[in-house]
Order: sequence, then structure tokens, then C-alpha cells
Amino acid sequence: MRKELQVAALENGTAIDHIPTEAVFNVVSLLQLQKLNNRITIGNNLKSSKMGLKGIIKVSNKFFEENEINRIALVAPNVNLNIIKDYEVIEKKKVTLPDEIIEIVKCNNPKCITNNEPMKTRFHVIDKENVELQCHYCEVKIQKEEIILQ
Amino acid sequence: MIPRSLVNINDYDKDDILHTLKLAAEFKKNPDRDLLKGKICATLFFEPSTRTRLSFETAVSRLQGRIIGFSDASTSSSTKGESLKDTIMMVSNYADLIIMRHHLEGSARYASEISPVPFINAGDGSNQHPTQTLLDLFSIFETQGTLDNLKITIVGDLKYGRAVHSLIQGLSHFNPSFNFVAPKELRIPDKYKSYCDNLNISYNEYSDFSPESINSADILYMTRVQRERFTDLMEYERVKNVYVLHNEMLKDSKDNLKVLHPLPRVKEIDQDVDDNPKAYYFQQAKNGMFVRQAVICDLMGISVTK
Repeated sequence: MRKELQVAALENGTAIDHIPTEAVFNVVSLLQLQKLNNRITIGNNLKSSKMGLKGIIKVSNKFFEENEINRIALVAPNVNLNIIKDYEVIEKKKVTLPDEIIEIVKCNNPKCITNNEPMKTRFHVIDKENVELQCHYCEVKIQKEEIILQ
Repeated sequence: MIPRSLVNINDYDKDDILHTLKLAAEFKKNPDRDLLKGKICATLFFEPSTRTRLSFETAVSRLQGRIIGFSDASTSSSTKGESLKDTIMMVSNYADLIIMRHHLEGSARYASEISPVPFINAGDGSNQHPTQTLLDLFSIFETQGTLDNLKITIVGDLKYGRAVHSLIQGLSHFNPSFNFVAPKELRIPDKYKSYCDNLNISYNEYSDFSPESINSADILYMTRVQRERFTDLMEYERVKNVYVLHNEMLKDSKDNLKVLHPLPRVKEIDQDVDDNPKAYYFQQAKNGMFVRQAVICDLMGISVTK
């Protein structure tokens, strides 16, 4: 049987595969893809033997910096990154949460200084496996499912 | 090496705590010195707290320092929309030390990172108030002769009580054991129980204010059920009188027991306790001044001789 490609192949760029379906649009915003002029293919609710359903994002001619791409570990810690050149996967990567997250996440505590002063948020990643963050300022702890992106 | 700012009791390790308590004991023997002569200390109270402000300002005055600042945010430029950053930058142009109380949590950490002069957190919302913890530790040390291996019974609002949470952390270096006595609605949060578990600190939880919890204790730490922490005032009315200490409840307590309270007291310690020699809350409050003298001099790098 002919294998049907679910998303068109990429000549050069980055393919982010195995994104949980509910996290696809968070990944878009974490990587600020809406600001890029590159050709971007976003697929969601695609069949996956591993996950049932998955999302995939392909960005042409874009190779992300480590600290940029690691942000997505917040919402999709198990994605596969494929770096593609001339239709060939030249590198496969996993994302890992950094020790500290600056600016991307909003503190859930309305009485936190970061929600009341023009300043950057800053969180310490206190549990990388379960994605638990602690606000550097008000010390509130935030679990994975409570994370609100700015 | 003690950091230049004091924001959180965890900024101080065990040695820092003991060093500060030792200095505070020196100030208790002789609080009137000229160590801050020619220095200006700013007290920025974005949230009113007369007790804490008077304690800090007296600490500075007795060391012959001068004070600038405000005691209420309505008299500061924050009402005009000035950012905290700008206020701190302005004040640090004038003062050699900043002492700040603010209603927003995390404001102290932020201010301490901006401020080019030493900074003391005098309370940031329900987050931290480290000099309160140090004065509690000083009072425990002074009355028990040690901080090690003590049984501490903490009563009242263990859910919202900032002083309680910091005291648990401050005492964690000294192998304490705790009785947590609180109504169900205000019991100690799970995160502090797991904090104790991780450090092998033993504790019991009681929902009644039992003779056992009093009679086994070296320190009985009473707290107020704080009205301002409640969104539901009906809930406050239901729990406010639950845990009240009366003098006769102390009759079988240990000889070395002392009753502490971060003050202000409302009704949770009956006035008939005040004349009992085991009542120590007013001396405890006074100790705050000596502890603050110690912290101020330490952060400003001023050496204290006997």
C-alpha cells in the first residue's frame, strides 16, 4: 500500500514532531512563529502510532537556537526535533527545560510584583521531569497544568 | 558571608542566624551606640505597619542614624503611578539603607535586586518578613539557652500565617519538633509538611487545643486568625475564637515554657495570661529592636564591638 504523507516533506528547516495535540498552538506562540515570514506547515490531529493523535510543525529555512527551542519543553516535553537539510534528517534532538525561564510564563499569583510592575517574569525550574516552576520573586510554585503563557 | 540584603529567612544559613543572634544579644546589653552616626536610613512603608516601622525606626534612632521615608503609600509617589523601580532608584540616591514593607509579594526580592544600597524586607504581602523570624529565634534562644532539639507548639492560623511558615524554616537548622494546632480550615499547608518530611523534622497535627500539645512544649507560639487574610468574613467569624489561651491552661506546662506571639494580639491570648512569668510576647516584641539593630549593622558592614 502506498504510504501517504500526512504533511508535505521539508527541503531545509526544522520539523517538530510528536507534539501533543492540545499543545500545538502553544508551541506556535512560544516560538513566535506568527512573526516569521518563512513557509510554515502546521498539522494537527494526525495519526500517530506512538500517541494516537499528534501535531507536527514544519518551518522552512529556520534553525532555532537552543534556548529558543527549549521553551517548548514547558508544554511539550517529549517532542522530537528533526533538523533537515536537502530532504534528509541531519540531526535529531530532544528538548530539555532550562534551569530558569525568563519572560515566557506569567505568574499565577495576582499579588505578585511581576503582575503589577513593568518587569520581566523569572521562574526557577524546580522539577524538570514534572515541570514545576517557582516564581523567583513571590516564591509561588506552579504545576505544569497551571502554567499560563504570557 | 552574609548577603547585602535580607529578603527571605532562607537567605541566612545556620551560621548567619547564630551570628545575628549573638550581635542582637550585644545590642540588648547596650542598645545606645553611635554606629549609624551620619547615616540615613529610609523606611518605605507602602503598607502601613506601625509596630514594625516603630521597631525599625527606634533601632536606627538608638544608633544615632537619621530616618527618611513614608508610613503609608498614599503619601508616596506610587499613588501617581510611579513604578517601584523608580521609587527605589530615587530613594537610594539619598539613603544608605532601605527598609521596605510592601503589600505585593515578591516586591522585596525585586527591590533588593535593583537597590544599590543594602536592603531589608520588612514584609512583602503574605510572603516573607525575615526580621520577625529572627526576633522569634532570638526570643527562643534567649529563654531556652539553645535553639537545638526544642518542642514548639504553634497554634492558630497555620494556613495563612507568614510568621509561622518562616519560623518553621528558620528553626529547620536546629532539629526541632512541632505540634501544629489549628482548626481544619486553617491547618498547615501540605507544602510545609513535606518540607518537614524532607528534613526529617517530626510533627504532630491537632485539631483541638489539647493539654497534651501545651504540656509537652518548650515554646507555645500563638498566632492571630487574621481578618485581612479572609475573603469570606463569615468564615472568619466562625474560626476567630476557636483557639484561645487562658492562664489555667498553663498550670501543668513545663517550667521552661514560654508563650510567644508575633503580635498584635486580639483575643487568642486572654489578658489573664499576661502576668504569668511564662508570657513572653511583650519582651519578644522588644527583642525585635535589638535584632533589627544587628541586621542593619551587619548588612551595612559596620562592625560591632562589645
